[in-house]
Amino acid sequence: MVRSAVTIVGASLAGYWAAETLRRDGFEGRISLIGDEPHAPYDRPPLSKKYLAGDLDDDRLALTTAEKLADLQLDLRLGCSATGLDVAGRTLEVGGAAEPFDGLVIATGTRCRTLPGTAGLAGVHTLRTRDDAAAIRDALADGARRLMVVGAGFIGAEVASTAIGRGVEVTMVEALEAPFGRVLGVEMGAVMADVHRHHGVDLRTGVGVEEVLGDGCVAGVRLSDGATLDVDLLIVGIGVVPNTEWLEGSGLTLDNGVVCDGTCLAAPGVVAAGDVARWPNPRYGELMRVEHWDNAVQQGVHAARRLLQSDEEATPFAPVPWFWSDQYDRKVQLAGRPHPDDEVRVVAGSTAEHRFAAFYGRDGRFTAALGMNRPRQVMQSKGLLEAGSSWDEALAFAAEWD
Amino acid sequence: MRVIVDFDLCESNAICMQIAPDVFEVRDDDFLYVLEENPGEDRRAVVEQAVQRCPKQAISLED
Repeated sequence: MVRSAVTIVGASLAGYWAAETLRRDGFEGRISLIGDEPHAPYDRPPLSKKYLAGDLDDDRLALTTAEKLADLQLDLRLGCSATGLDVAGRTLEVGGAAEPFDGLVIATGTRCRTLPGTAGLAGVHTLRTRDDAAAIRDALADGARRLMVVGAGFIGAEVASTAIGRGVEVTMVEALEAPFGRVLGVEMGAVMADVHRHHGVDLRTGVGVEEVLGDGCVAGVRLSDGATLDVDLLIVGIGVVPNTEWLEGSGLTLDNGVVCDGTCLAAPGVVAAGDVARWPNPRYGELMRVEHWDNAVQQGVHAARRLLQSDEEATPFAPVPWFWSDQYDRKVQLAGRPHPDDEVRVVAGSTAEHRFAAFYGRDGRFTAALGMNRPRQVMQSKGLLEAGSSWDEALAFAAEWD
Repeated sequence: MRVIVDFDLCESNAICMQIAPDVFEVRDDDFLYVLEENPGEDRRAVVEQAVQRCPKQAISLED
């Protein structure tokens, strides 16, 4: 498919790699990269870790150097939002003005859910952007002493771990009985809970936030079990929503993301990638939307190539998802797609020592591998998942490990 | 082509090992070892993928 120009909306990981891939593959047309943040493309994982701890400066956060970015010869428009799309009319609305597009990559990502009733209250934060992270970092530096994380998810857990490292008192509240249970299941969720308690986090499960207290600035939180805690910094980590409002009426199918076909194509000449894209992964036979770093890189690459391919040349996007999370001195990695009800078996190391690998399976199928400080085993397991190994084959492989 | 790893950045996620096991190995001590510092040209596409997908961007290539 010959195209003269490609417009990429969203200048984070998926958008950046789409642009980089087009150039690397020899595309010589104009590439517009439009991002609503004022910053050049940067990496988000350090925001809840080293950047938050103050151990990484803005330059080191950049996805690439200024020199390499210039080499890509992009029409880079930062601090600029796309506000509408007309697929049939082949126009994009940017900053209130309509402009034609040839090929389009949608990579607008997600934004954090907020806690009702906290708008305008100082000391209440979500964490998604560099500016979010800088605000939390500054609050910690300014002497915040009592931090509460609402929602025991991975970002919240990383913030908790960074704050504990700075000597801050941390309470984490989770509405479900098992922290991380929705992703890891009850048994491994309990192991994660143990890690946090071991490091001094006051983890409270099965409780929700009833009311956030404070006049202008957060002062405390009343929980659903009646407890009231003093809090001077509140981090809300209760999930994200895909940024698709600007696409309403565009002609695209929107349903918890931009719905694509198996090749990441959302409409002729329009692809989607990263956190905002929902596509049928043929490996799993279901529509999925993945919010992981590696998926954004890979899907950005795949979607960019799709844009220049004919329907006959196009290939399905069929990754085994994986992510990592660094908490305290532990590296947690998960490869695959576990169901919370899957059978779980520890296949190497020990959960008590917080260094282990565990397999998830159901109906004779091997569905996922979780590791804590076991990167070698998790990545070997990811290979088994990609090869479609059965539960018995995976267990036989792991039997050679310890 | 020469493979360079910035070991100050590397956090042993081991994705490079999964992509190019003939070049990278994370052993049971959780450290990364470069098995082949000068891979052949036929391995370029694979090693470039390892560079791209390293979560710490700790790998680079020199011609």
